[in-house]
Amino acid sequence: MTQLQIFGATVLSVVSLLGALPAFSQTPEEKGFDVAARSDRSDRGFGDSEAEMTMVLRNAAGQESSRSMYFSTLEIPDESVGDKSLVLFSTPKDIEGTALLSHAKILDPDDQWLYLPALKRVKRISSKNKSGPFVGSEFAFEDFTASELNKFSYKYLREEPCGDLQCDVVERYPRYENSGYTKQISWVDTTEYQIRKIEFYDRRDSLLKELVFEDYRKYDDKFWRAHRLSMKNLQTNKSTDLVYGEYKFGVGLTDNDFVKGRLSRLR
Amino acid sequence: MDRYFEAIDRFSTQMTRAIIQYRWLVLIAVVVMTMGIGTGMSRLEFASNYRTFFSDENPELAAFENLQATYTKNDNILFVLEPAEETAFTNNTLAAVEALTAEAWKIPYAIRVDSISNFQYTKAIEDDLIVEDLIIDAKDLTREELQSRREISLAEPLLANQLVTPTGTVTAINVVLQYPEKSLSEVPDAVNAARLLRDRISSEFPGIDISLTGVSMLNNSFSEVGMIDAGTLTPLMFLVILVMTWLILRSLAGTISVLLVILFSSIVGMGIAGFFAIKLTPISMSATTVILTLAVADSIHILISLRSLLREGLSKVDAIAEAVRLNFMPVTITSVTTVVGFLALNFSDSPPFWHLGNITATGIAAAWLFSLTLLPALMSLLPVRVKKIHGREWSHIAMTRLADLVIANYRKLLVGICLVVVAFIACIPMMTFNDQWVEYFDERVEFRTDSDKALKHFGMYPIEYSVPALNPGGVSEPEYLENLEKFVDYLRTRPEVIHVYSISDIMKRLNKNMHGDDQAFYHIPKNRELSAQYLLLYELSLPYGLDLNDRINVDKSATRVTAMLRKVTTAETKTFLTDTKQWMAESWPEYMQAQPTSAQVMFTYITDRNIHNMISGTLVAIVAIALIMILALRSVRLGLLSMIPNGLPLLMTFGAWAVLIGEVGFSVATVASISLGIIVDDTVHFLSKFVRARNENGFSVEDSIRYAFRNVGMAILVNTIILIVGFLVLTTSAFKMNVDMGLMTILSILFALVLDFLFLPALLLVMEKKRVITEDVQPVAEPS
Repeated sequence: MTQLQIFGATVLSVVSLLGALPAFSQTPEEKGFDVAARSDRSDRGFGDSEAEMTMVLRNAAGQESSRSMYFSTLEIPDESVGDKSLVLFSTPKDIEGTALLSHAKILDPDDQWLYLPALKRVKRISSKNKSGPFVGSEFAFEDFTASELNKFSYKYLREEPCGDLQCDVVERYPRYENSGYTKQISWVDTTEYQIRKIEFYDRRDSLLKELVFEDYRKYDDKFWRAHRLSMKNLQTNKSTDLVYGEYKFGVGLTDNDFVKGRLSRLR
Repeated sequence: MDRYFEAIDRFSTQMTRAIIQYRWLVLIAVVVMTMGIGTGMSRLEFASNYRTFFSDENPELAAFENLQATYTKNDNILFVLEPAEETAFTNNTLAAVEALTAEAWKIPYAIRVDSISNFQYTKAIEDDLIVEDLIIDAKDLTREELQSRREISLAEPLLANQLVTPTGTVTAINVVLQYPEKSLSEVPDAVNAARLLRDRISSEFPGIDISLTGVSMLNNSFSEVGMIDAGTLTPLMFLVILVMTWLILRSLAGTISVLLVILFSSIVGMGIAGFFAIKLTPISMSATTVILTLAVADSIHILISLRSLLREGLSKVDAIAEAVRLNFMPVTITSVTTVVGFLALNFSDSPPFWHLGNITATGIAAAWLFSLTLLPALMSLLPVRVKKIHGREWSHIAMTRLADLVIANYRKLLVGICLVVVAFIACIPMMTFNDQWVEYFDERVEFRTDSDKALKHFGMYPIEYSVPALNPGGVSEPEYLENLEKFVDYLRTRPEVIHVYSISDIMKRLNKNMHGDDQAFYHIPKNRELSAQYLLLYELSLPYGLDLNDRINVDKSATRVTAMLRKVTTAETKTFLTDTKQWMAESWPEYMQAQPTSAQVMFTYITDRNIHNMISGTLVAIVAIALIMILALRSVRLGLLSMIPNGLPLLMTFGAWAVLIGEVGFSVATVASISLGIIVDDTVHFLSKFVRARNENGFSVEDSIRYAFRNVGMAILVNTIILIVGFLVLTTSAFKMNVDMGLMTILSILFALVLDFLFLPALLLVMEKKRVITEDVQPVAEPS
C-alpha cells in the first residue's frame, strides 16, 4: 500500500464513522421528538372511542363540585390534522344536553361549536383561546388535545425512575402562538411508552400545574388509557380530578357524527 | 416601714460595692450576655403583609381569608397610566398598555392581568360568538378603530371607572398576584419586577406618567418605611441623646456610660425579638427609639445624684454606692410601672403592638439591670472630675420658689386645674377615628405619592361580598341574577362607590350577544338553564388567567360582588356598610344575605376592636400600677391618690388632641397604656420623696412638699425634657401611626408634668391636712 492509499483508507473509515455517529448521538431535539412520536404511535389505529367522564373540582378552601360528560373521539390518521372530539354534558342538570364539538387544528385555533339546548341553537365559538379553564376546572381545553404530536417541538432531558417504571423525561414547547404555556415537561415510561406525568409552565416559565396519569388499563391488547387524571394548580392550590369509566373502542363513529348538524340530535 | 427601706438600702449598697470590686468581671459578663442575645438580631426580618396588623383571631380577617380561598387572592399591583395627551386612546398609549399587559404576566407570582387591551370583548356575527382581546396591535389601529375602542371601553360596565376613567383620559392595568407565602422576599421581588417594568415602559413610551399602587405596593411599603425609619430615627436618636446627656452631665465618662447602657438595652430588646421570630413592622421598629428614650432616664437619675455626692466631697466608690442606694427604689419602681404599661399592649388586637410592647418591656428591664450593674462598673473605671461648687445651685432655688408658689396658691390651683381638666375631657367626644392605610405613609414613601395620584382617578378601597345562591348552580337562577342586578344598581347610586364588578353585567352582555347583539336583550336571561349554558360557553372561550374562577365559586352556588369605593374615611365606610346591610335585609331573600369583607372592612373595624381591647388593657395597667404604688409607698391612701395625677393626663391628652387635630387612627388606643407607664414615673419620684420626708424626717406636709421639689423637681424636669425630645424624634417617622403615637405621648408627658408640679402638691395639702385635722383635735402649727 502506498502512503496515499493508506491516507485514503483512513479518510474513508473516518468519514464512514462520522456518518454512523449521528445514529448514536442524536440531538436532544431529535431524541425528544422520537420519544413523543413512539408514544403517539403506540396509540395509532384506535379508530374511535367513547367514554364517560366525571370531573371533580376542588378549590383552595376544600369545597368540591363535580360535572359528568360523555367524551367521543374520532382518530384522524393524518398527523398534520388533529382528531375530532365531542363532549356531551350530562350533569349538572343546568347544562344537560349541552354539546361541544371540536375539530382540533395543529397550529391554528381549533374549530369549535357548542349546542345550547336552552337556546336550541348551535353557536360557533370564534376564539384563539384554548388556554382558559375548561368548565371552571384546572384543565384547559388545550390540555385535552395535547397528545397531538406536531403541536409541540421537543427536547430530550434525561431518563429517570418514575414509580415502578423508568421514564424518559422530555421537555416540549407549544408551537401554537396563543398557548397559555411556555413549556411542559413530560414523563413517558420506557416500557409501554405512556405519559405518566406532565408539568405545565406558565408565561413566566414558573411551574403552574402538575398532571398525574394513573390507573392505566389496556384495551384490545394494544391501547392504553389512563382512567384517573389528577391536575393540581400549584399556584392557586385548586385541583381537578378526571375519572373515566370504561372506554369503548370501534363503536362505528364516522366523520358524519362529528358535524355541527348532529349536535342538536344527540339526546 | 423603716426596716423595709433599710433592707433595700443595705442590699443595694452591698451590691454596688461588690460590682465595683469585681467591675471587670461585671463588664465582661454584661458584654458577653448582650452580644449573645444580640445575635438574635440577625434573625429579624421585615413583615411584608398588612395582614400582620391583624391577629389570627380577628373575625374580619378570617372572613376575608375565607373569601380569598373560595375565589382568588386579592393581592394586586395597579399600574396607572396618565398620558400627557387629553386621551388615552392614542396609538402610543394603547401600545404601551398592550406591551405592559403582556409583560406584566412575567411579574413573579402574577396570576392574572386585566387591562383595556386584554379585555375579552364579545360580539355576535350571526351564530358565531366572537371572543377576542379588545385591543390588538395598537400601533396599527386607524383613527376610527381607536374611536370605536374608546366607545366600547367607556360603555362597558366592567371597564369604565375601573380600568379607564369615564372621560377616557387615564387607564389602569391590574395585576393580581398569588404568593406562595414561603419567603419574605416574595413581595419585594414582585414589586421590584413591577418597578423595572414601569421604568422600561416609561422609557419606551415617553410622555406617559406611570404610577404604581395596590395591595402589594402597600405591603412592600411597610418594610420600606421601616428602612427609612431605621436609617433616620435611630441615628438621630443617638445624636440627640449624646447632646442631651452631655449638656446635663457635662461629663465625658457619664456620657459614654449612658450611651453604652442604652445601646446594650436596645440590643437586648431587639435581640430577644429576633429569638422570638418577631416580624418587624414600622410599629415594632419604633421600639428602638422608645427604648433609647426611656433607658436613658434610669442612668441620668443615678448620674445626677453621683455628681452632687461627689461635689459634697464623697470618695468615688462611696459616691457611686450612695447614688445607687438613693435611686435603687425609684428606678426599680419606675421601670416596673413602665414595663407594666408596655406589657398591657398585649391586650391590643393588633400583633405589631404586642411586639412593640414586649420588645420595649424587655429593653426597659435590660436598661434597669444595666443602670444598676454596668453603669456603676463603668463609672468606677472611667476618670470622673467634678468642679466643687459652693453654695446652693440655682435649680434648688428655683424649685424651692416653685414649691412656695404652689403652697401659697394651692386652692386656686386646685380649682383652676380642675376646670381645665374638665374642659379638656369635655372635648374628647369631638375626636373622630380614621384609618386610611394610604395615609399611614408620608410623602417620603413612593407608595403614598403614587397612590394619591391613582386615587384621583380610580377607587382603591374595595368592599367584597360573596353572595350565596340557593343551591349549587343556583347562581344561574333568574331570581338570583335579578337581585344581584338590583344590588349593583343600588350600589351605583351611592356617591362613595366608583365601580361595581358583578357577573350580572356579564350575563346581560352574553344574552345580548346570543341574540345577535340586539340591545333589547340586554337583560338577565329568563331561565336558569340558559344562564348556565351561557356561562359554559363564555368560560370555554376565555384565555388563560382571565377565567371566572375569581367571580364564581366552584359549585356555582355563590358569586362575588366588588364595590370599589373612592377615597373614604372610616366613618364614611361605616355608613356605607350599615346602609348596604339594611338594603340587603329589605330587598333580598334570606339566603342571599352577604357579609362585607376586605382590607378596608378590616381597617374599619380594627379601631373599635382595638379601643375595646385596650380599654381593658389600660384598666388592668392602671390597677396594677396602683398596686405597685401602694406597695412602694407603703400607703393605700397615697397609692390611690396617685391614680389622679396618673390618669388625668391621659384624658387631657385625648381632649387636647380632639381640639388640635381631631382625627386619629387605631393606634390611639395603645397610647394610653404606653403613656401611663411613662408618666407614672414623675409621680413615683415625687411621692417617694414626699413619703421619705414625712416618715423619716417627720416634716410637715408643706415642708415635705418643699423637700420633694428640691430633691426631685429638677430630675423630673430633666427627665420630662429627655422624654419629650425622644418622642419628638419618633414624630419624624415616615409612618403616621408612629408620628401620632409620639405626639400623643409628648402631650401626656407635658400634662403629667403640669399636674405633678401644680396639682399633686395641692391635692396632698388638702388630703393630708384633712387627715391631720381628723386625727388630732389640735391642728399642727404650720411651719413658716
